Amino acid sequence: MDTPTKFAHIKGWGSDLDHANRPAYPKERTPPRLDPPVQWKEPEMQPRHVEVLRSTERPAMTPVFGSGQPPRGLSGGMRRFAFGYSENDLRHWLLLLLADRIDVGEGFVEDLASGHVPRIYAEMGGRAELKHNPVGAAKKALAVAAVLGAAYFLARRRSSRR
Amino acid sequence: MLALNYRGPYRVRASQKPDPMIEHPNDAIVQVLRSCICGSDLHLYHGLVPDTRVGTTFGHEFVGTVVEIGDSVQNLRRGDRVLVPFNVFCGSCYFCQRELYGNCHNTNPQATAVGGIYGYSHTAGGFDGGQAQFVRVPFADVGPTKIPDELLLEDALMLTDAFPTGYQAAEMGGIREGDTVVVFGAGPVGIFAAKSAWLLGAGRVIVVDHLEYRLEFVRNFAQCETIDFKSVDDMAIHIKKMTDWLGADVCIDCVGCEAAGSALQQLTGVKLKMQAGSATVLHWAINSVRKGGTVSIVGVYGPTFNAVPIGNAVNKGLTLRMNQASVKRHLPRLMEHIRAGHIEPHKVITHRMPLEEVSDAYHLFSSKLDGCIKPVLIPPGVTV
Repeated sequence: MDTPTKFAHIKGWGSDLDHANRPAYPKERTPPRLDPPVQWKEPEMQPRHVEVLRSTERPAMTPVFGSGQPPRGLSGGMRRFAFGYSENDLRHWLLLLLADRIDVGEGFVEDLASGHVPRIYAEMGGRAELKHNPVGAAKKALAVAAVLGAAYFLARRRSSRR
Repeated sequence: MLALNYRGPYRVRASQKPDPMIEHPNDAIVQVLRSCICGSDLHLYHGLVPDTRVGTTFGHEFVGTVVEIGDSVQNLRRGDRVLVPFNVFCGSCYFCQRELYGNCHNTNPQATAVGGIYGYSHTAGGFDGGQAQFVRVPFADVGPTKIPDELLLEDALMLTDAFPTGYQAAEMGGIREGDTVVVFGAGPVGIFAAKSAWLLGAGRVIVVDHLEYRLEFVRNFAQCETIDFKSVDDMAIHIKKMTDWLGADVCIDCVGCEAAGSALQQLTGVKLKMQAGSATVLHWAINSVRKGGTVSIVGVYGPTFNAVPIGNAVNKGLTLRMNQASVKRHLPRLMEHIRAGHIEPHKVITHRMPLEEVSDAYHLFSSKLDGCIKPVLIPPGVTV
């Protein structure tokens, strides 16, 4: 099979056929080809100024970590509770997903408390929707209007029965 | 500074946040010149990744200029223009010593299964990302790579994740001369995987998606065949018919946990979250590859579990390869490919938008509007 000729129109065809040209072959390669090599055997520890949760599958804190958005409020309490379970335990992940949803509500309240009324339609990319998918935007608007109208109608009917 | 601010599923805005600070002696602060939205950012945007906290700044694909360095940083100077691999890694742990930089054990206290990743939730370390004016870059002596003068800034940007991930996906397929390679997904990573399959010597490359504009793009960019899965009754039978009823030598999953194509998988994996996302592509890949073949996975899935036909994988004697890309180890070779003119990665960029319009950029990309394949964000004040 004269494949190089067959694929001559494809730039670079087969240039990495040789495993020597494949940068991740073999899968594990030591020592690493870092140039220059790292200057430490054990990295220094990052000082901790905020609460950082740690997997129970780790014996100690890692040398570096992200320090943004520490746990807060009810969602934070739920995250702390979730981190009582290992990554191997489904409850860990389901509790975190639930905490994420609660966090959204807390974020909304936080916005309002700081005097910021979230422009939800704009945050969801409404301007792009109107520009590039006006028919879809109109259908969504109609669907929302129908749901709100039905809710209003049901509420009116219930109050008139009383 | 101005930065993306996550407010909940399908809701992000650009707003002011405090500038990042040096928190460790080997940190650097990088002023972002370009950042991408990655397909995997959409999993965050859609609220599928556990421990994605309100206020987080996403973005793990960015290039920029070093504006501040910590006391122990030796390899960078202020003013250096760098590309930053999406992995946060130390270079010295058990895994980094084996060049598995995507599996670094020293950068993510919240989990052991995944290393640190910029802007990818607290499950990936809680680092704020690069869809901002400035970003903190830990282990600045190890991760960031100076951008050679001859390399286009936006080619460098594609080297932070999308191109190395696509290349590694093909590389993990163990492609041999003349192999038939099926790539699932015609997003940026799938496009790069298809192109890389040729570099590795494939004899036939087939890309599967359902968005015609993306299939057209990949046909032109990677000179491959394409399949619109919406026109196919049964993917495994279709691939087998195309391969003398044997199946493909290599199947590559470049889609991950939000795959379309199966209502049941969408319902249980995405809507009801009864599994860690829709495993449609894993299903197709395992059942479409030939006996003894290889399935390579770079699509992102959640940390719980997925319904996949593992019995078929056993009975067919498959090799399953998967990982987060170890970006740093790929850079020298991929830069050679760019210099040699084998590939022009920046050509996958379809949209360049100001950071201020990040809400619209996410919606365009998420809803596949306006022919969007790869959106790039440009922070205010950037003139290059």
